[in-house]
Amino acid sequence: MTFTADEMMAVEASRLLTNGNVCFVGIGLPSLAANLARRTHAPKCVLVYESGAIGAKPTKLPLSIGDGELAETADAVVSVPEMFAYWLQAGRIDVGFLGAAQIDRHGNLNSTVIGDYATPKVRLPGGGGAPEIATSVTDVYVMLRQTPRAFVEQLDFKTSRGDRVRAVVTDLGSLESRDGELTLVRVHPGVSIDDARAATGWELAIADDVAETEPPTRAELEALRSLETSVRE
Amino acid sequence: MAETVTLAEAVRELVHDGDTVALEGFTHLIPNAAGHELIRQGLRDLTLVRMTPDVIYDQLIGMGAARKLVFSWGGNPGVGSLHRFRDAVEHSWPSPLELEEHSHAGMAAAYAAGAANLPFGVLRGYDRNDLVSRTRVAKIACPFTGEELAAVPALRPDVGIIHAQQADREGNVQLWGITGVQKETVFASARSIVTVEEIVDKLEPRPGAVVLPGWVIDAVAEVPGGARPAYAHGYYRRDNEFYTAWDVISRDRDTFTSWIQEHVLEAVPT
Repeated sequence: MTFTADEMMAVEASRLLTNGNVCFVGIGLPSLAANLARRTHAPKCVLVYESGAIGAKPTKLPLSIGDGELAETADAVVSVPEMFAYWLQAGRIDVGFLGAAQIDRHGNLNSTVIGDYATPKVRLPGGGGAPEIATSVTDVYVMLRQTPRAFVEQLDFKTSRGDRVRAVVTDLGSLESRDGELTLVRVHPGVSIDDARAATGWELAIADDVAETEPPTRAELEALRSLETSVRE
Repeated sequence: MAETVTLAEAVRELVHDGDTVALEGFTHLIPNAAGHELIRQGLRDLTLVRMTPDVIYDQLIGMGAARKLVFSWGGNPGVGSLHRFRDAVEHSWPSPLELEEHSHAGMAAAYAAGAANLPFGVLRGYDRNDLVSRTRVAKIACPFTGEELAAVPALRPDVGIIHAQQADREGNVQLWGITGVQKETVFASARSIVTVEEIVDKLEPRPGAVVLPGWVIDAVAEVPGGARPAYAHGYYRRDNEFYTAWDVISRDRDTFTSWIQEHVLEAVPT
């Protein structure tokens, strides 16, 4: 089966999750990847949405974190102060999926502004849950399309810290943190190391043994496509 | 003791120019109708507080109701940016907008401290990121272990406004589903307004519900559909098409202004 770069990215990100994980999920690509993991190899992975749904099991892909089905299918629905204090801060969530507008070589993320804070070129939505997700979970996974505008030498604003960023999955390949520096470890089928290098705004560290990402299986692709067509009306 | 009044009366009585006003509802039960009433009554110079300013705050900001925004994530959920919010921050249109920016965890702790009538909240957060210099946060040491923690000053709005599913005839309120930070908003605020889908003879207990006794609320107003285009669990679903349409309506200043004229200013007050 043929597949797109975005599909490869979602499938590869879903493979990071295991049955033992409790995962904090945002809307967009992370939600797609996490729900795909639940439908394929990690049906027992617990999904937590910051709106308060703990252990949500949506049958369709939610359009917003407030989607009613998240509350209807959750193990528990909690208030926002409880979510951040008793669940996230207390260490009950071990994986966090984050996106951003910019990332640097240490995995620090910017989702606040492009340009100067006081007189920004682009005002972005802001950090939301990300600053404390990035410092409270054990493993942070980032999903971000790889371009020189997004993979920058110097962030315009550090919204969240990169210390716990273990892996970054892009539309070109996968990076892992090695000695605090994001290092290219896999490229997706059809992508070269030079492609990844050219899409990075810093001198990209390359692992000695860069492998090719395992292409999506038929089961993975079918599950992904059925999820994508299921977005609730 | 909650008085049952119309929304227009509640806003006229309890909200004044220059007030700090929090409208809460975390993706669910968003008090959209109350936000429209603030616009219709032409309130000015407000400090608007909300963890997740979305479409209704985009409208208030675009109409120049706000002097300052206290928030932790400002976007059109599932769609993208808020264009009126961006225009205000990037180009000071229609007026400059001062920002006090938090993380969700920090702002939730600040609401909880306000609800408890404590001067500050404590959390493990704001760890060496650039938000620290843009928000109100201080480092403190735990007096028992010495652990370094973050302190955030309590949020104490003049007025807290929320939307709930039901109230009874004594003004007791019940909301359920995703209940967000609404309980803390009412307790942290000096005055409070609750709009409800319906007023019923008796509140039937619901799993996971938040119940607010009428005597902690100032005004209850029956506003069916008061959360639209957001959703009200058990009553109606989210109007996803509107959120997508808002991206187009709000991009252009004139289109935005005409939309507000037609759908808010000339709309019959509830």
